[in-house]
Amino acid sequence: MRFSVVVEVQLRAGVADPQGATIERSLPHLGFDGVNGVRVGKCIRFDIESADEASARREVDEMCARFLTNPVIEDSTVRIEELVS
Amino acid sequence: MTKVGVVLFPGSNCEQDVVEAVTRLGGEACLLWHGDRSVGDVDAVVVPGGFAHGDYLRPGAIARFSPVMAAVAKFAGDGGPVVGICNGFQVLTEAGLLPGALQKNRGLKFLCTTVDLRVESTDSALTCEAESGSILRIPINHFEGNYTCSPETLAELRAEDRIVLRYVSNPNGAMDDIAGVCSAGRNVVGLMPHPERACDDLLGSSDGQPLLRSLLSAARVSSPRG
Repeated sequence: MRFSVVVEVQLRAGVADPQGATIERSLPHLGFDGVNGVRVGKCIRFDIESADEASARREVDEMCARFLTNPVIEDSTVRIEELVS
Repeated sequence: MTKVGVVLFPGSNCEQDVVEAVTRLGGEACLLWHGDRSVGDVDAVVVPGGFAHGDYLRPGAIARFSPVMAAVAKFAGDGGPVVGICNGFQVLTEAGLLPGALQKNRGLKFLCTTVDLRVESTDSALTCEAESGSILRIPINHFEGNYTCSPETLAELRAEDRIVLRYVSNPNGAMDDIAGVCSAGRNVVGLMPHPERACDDLLGSSDGQPLLRSLLSAARVSSPRG
């Protein structure tokens, strides 16, 4: 089975995010009020071939732990969807 | 002669400065290609600055999987002195040889300047011949030099006197003004500033000399050849 994967990498809660803070300070100047909690992360997309969704998820979780994130400062959220050909 | 291996990744760009500085201080230097599976007969290892593997994903994220890094980890585990400078510091944190991580600078600017560093601990492979409390003028050159770690790790680093160098005036937002830390065994040291670029008065400062001289001295002590 083929799955489409989106890994969202974000800084862990409590880790300072200078980019997010700069964006948050800029928004009111452009007329967007009431925005808070801006955090900047990155998004990694790929397809993966795997026996089933559980095994695909296990593999992606291991990728995140070993390579895609730095667990000292980053967390990840994984979204997996089956690709229907 | 004390032999220092300088790791060369695709994208390293400070390796020749380290070779030159080590040679001038009376050591012998050789390059270790990132694809090598051994560090050979070196007495110390330097992971130099630059942009190993293009800094893709995160600085050091790909470099830590280069074959030579397993040999560097083994060498460090056996007590051999290992120093990571700038990008090398990022590589050593990603490899788990040093705690914490290096984040983007607080001001979101690439910093290229010279800063004052205070020697906080002389109990490490990079500071054993420096003077405690002395101020060293050393260049910095980085975008991701903002040292970050968990509050637990910070407490441990402080309690164990493992913060070896601090910025006198914090340029990048680093936690607790940290410019350099060492491992629990005190043989692995990482720092953002570039001591190899401050080894000749002609270049504005020779304050890097006591640090690299410390490394050569630590290498002589731990060398199996004596």
